[in-house]
Amino acid sequence: MKAHVTTRINQESVEFLCEPSETLLRVLRDNLGMTGTKEGCGSGDCGACSVVLDGELVCSCLVLGVEAQGASIETVEGVAASDELHVIQQKFLEHAALQCGVCTPGLIVATKALLAENPSPTEAEARYYLAGNLCRCTGYDKIIKAVMDSAATMREGA
Amino acid sequence: MVALTYHAPTTLDEAVSLLSNATLPAKVMSGGTDLIIQMQRMIDSERLIVDVKKIPELTTASLSAEGLTLGPALCCSKFTRRDDIKQRFPGLVEAAYLIGSTQVQGRASIGGNLCNASPAADTIPALIANNAICRIHGAGGERRIAVEKFVTGVGQNCLEEGELLASIEIPAPAVRTKDAYLRFIPRTEMDIAVAGAAVSVTLDEQGTCIAARVAIGAVAPTALLVPAAAEALVGSRLEDGALAKASAAVSEAASPITDRRGTADFRRHVVGVLTKRAAKIAAERAGEGE
Ligand SMILES: Cc1cc2nc3c(=O)[nH]c(=O)nc-3n(C[C@H](O)[C@H](O)[C@H](O)COP(=O)(O)OP(=O)(O)OC[C@H]3O[C@@H](n4cnc5c(N)ncnc54)[C@H](O)[C@@H]3O)c2cc1C
Ligand code: FES
Ligand code: FES
Repeated sequence: MKAHVTTRINQESVEFLCEPSETLLRVLRDNLGMTGTKEGCGSGDCGACSVVLDGELVCSCLVLGVEAQGASIETVEGVAASDELHVIQQKFLEHAALQCGVCTPGLIVATKALLAENPSPTEAEARYYLAGNLCRCTGYDKIIKAVMDSAATMREGA
Repeated sequence: MVALTYHAPTTLDEAVSLLSNATLPAKVMSGGTDLIIQMQRMIDSERLIVDVKKIPELTTASLSAEGLTLGPALCCSKFTRRDDIKQRFPGLVEAAYLIGSTQVQGRASIGGNLCNASPAADTIPALIANNAICRIHGAGGERRIAVEKFVTGVGQNCLEEGELLASIEIPAPAVRTKDAYLRFIPRTEMDIAVAGAAVSVTLDEQGTCIAARVAIGAVAPTALLVPAAAEALVGSRLEDGALAKASAAVSEAASPITDRRGTADFRRHVVGVLTKRAAKIAAERAGEGE
């Protein structure tokens, strides 16, 4: 039987129906058409499906849709202000920190969570924090440059 | 994934009654980081899921003069941010911090790690080294059992049908007692232990070890408490001779397998090295005092 779930996504109240066996990732992409969140592995290994759930960075492939009841979720769609990219998104473009782009939404969400928790990470801290975000294309160097530059720019702006 | 019936009770009694009256095969869910993946592989009959994260006492940790009472479903991210707990049990916090990625720690719990009972589970040796006790709740009431007896085999624990792990309790350590946990993995992050060692050491005022507990992981079907290794440390000041004896004792106690992550000989050796290093770190911490 389908469950009726009431939740908040990117500050807006959202209701959906889902099978209890559907993951939050499936619900976001298939039921709600929010395809910014990507599926890489479906097993918690790659971080492409990263979202923030009640303040914690999680893999949406390791959460059931029904667990979103009463929760508050932030996805990549909520990162940019309506017509302006977030600093982190801009820095990923400037540093060419993406190729195919499948890992990018997860990395943007994870970087935002990192910088909220630790506005001045060392490179090693950033690499450890983001170790669950795999990228098959870039070799990580440009990603880390974009992350460190985002941190510096956001500190200046703050 | 198999079809699921999902419940998220808000009290322990409600959870126990759901489990005891279940007509479907039932599973308790904490963070779901093991369970959701396991269910994805199941294609047989429907399961009942009892999500315990809405039960307040199962997701809180409190530290008092008696010790630590840990809600088994508290996620590792919240647990590792607790500086008060890190100060008391740095090794246990280190073990929780090693589970998966930031994202995995945002869901994964110590209770789930323990109940899942993987031979390589990182927090189990650290719980054993700290004398942790499982409080089990079921329709028949409550019972308590030491962590080293709770895990009974690969992926097996002593819970009966209808029971769940209600809390993990760690008695307050004696003065000048500290723990440490180390594991070996081929990568620097996101990997499963090839061997792990947790040591808790109590020193007297002169720096002599007066009590110790040594537990090892990933080198036997279950994590093991190794009393012979602890005995080698007691009475010493953690000199090379005592560390060598402790190291030999854990290598002797280990019964590792050979797989693509390491040979049995390698694991037996590495678990000894990790034990020495963890004992030294624990002793240094114990010497630094509260
Ligand atoms: C990408 C990835 C990396 C990982 N890396 C590591 C690692 O480095 N080290 C490591 O040790 N593990 C690792 N794991 C495994 C897993 O994350 C841990 O075992 C985790 O601690 C499980 O906790 P959970 O709360 O998610 O458990 P769940 O998945 O909710 O439950 C696990 C099992 O315990 C049972 N259970 C849960 N809570 C209770 C309860 N209160 N009473 C009775 N039974 C209960 C469930 O029924 C299930 O059988 C990794 C997993 C992933 C996906
Ligand atoms: S799709 Fe969720 S971690 Fe890879
Ligand atoms: S850009 Fe292709 S996976 Fe990262």
